[in-house]
Amino acid sequence: MRSSLCALLSGLLFAIGLGLGGMTDPAKVLAFLDVAGDWDFRLALVMGGAIAVHAPLRRLILRREQPLFAATFPSFPRQRVEAGLVGGAALFGVGWGLAGYCPGPALTSLTSGAAAAWVFVPAMLAGMAVARRVSASRRVKAEDPSEAVRA
Amino acid sequence: MSSPFVLPLLGGALIGLSASLLLLAHGRVAGISGVVGALLGPVRGDVAWRILFLGGLLTGGLLLAWLHPGGFPAPVALDVGRASLLGGAGLLVGFGSQLGSGCTSGHGVCGISRGSVRSIVATLTFMATGVLTVFLVRHVL
Repeated sequence: MRSSLCALLSGLLFAIGLGLGGMTDPAKVLAFLDVAGDWDFRLALVMGGAIAVHAPLRRLILRREQPLFAATFPSFPRQRVEAGLVGGAALFGVGWGLAGYCPGPALTSLTSGAAAAWVFVPAMLAGMAVARRVSASRRVKAEDPSEAVRA
Repeated sequence: MSSPFVLPLLGGALIGLSASLLLLAHGRVAGISGVVGALLGPVRGDVAWRILFLGGLLTGGLLLAWLHPGGFPAPVALDVGRASLLGGAGLLVGFGSQLGSGCTSGHGVCGISRGSVRSIVATLTFMATGVLTVFLVRHVL
């Protein structure tokens, strides 16, 4: 019960932070990305503020043996910067620059009644599903020895 | 500190607090594209917290629309051109977030908070292509 409350509260805080910070207004996001125009740098403060709070708290939290309601803290085995990471981030940025929405603000905007979010979010979920499908089929191929020999 | 900087900083602080709470409670990274993306291929026992987090996001949107409506754009009618642009952008954001293992929150906030080189590279990359896209759309095309 208490664990449910934490996840719910975390999502709630996240949305309120996005909304107060200005991330749910695509015009503000585009003004932040428009460095050659009338540049509004303030959204950098949202990211800066989030890191300033999370970085030290994270260190304190990781002193614990384990999370409150889970067995382990996350590990990050992948250290290399692969082509997929850079290519994916590059495509992500193009979409972000076209619409002014990234995933969190778009989802948060659904319940505000913003029509744009109701177009953007289904397309975003479709894009996610396609990418997951592609990477899953690649993984199957990589694990299939006959494919590996051919490659 | 004058008012135009207070809300962005406060909003950011709340996001940092949210990410910390999720790490403390569930040992999870508050990257929205990861939280939501994994619901598309759900794994038993790893669904409830994701749905609850998403429910919190949507509830937050409702609260904001009520208490801070200025945080959202004024409603406008969508024409076909605008809707196609939003649809194409959504596809790119969704596809890119999974291929690139994260988005503004997962890489930009959580990843940078732990000093991950991958996240720093990803954040610089999507910032750069975002800036370039806006530049082309607003100042060249």
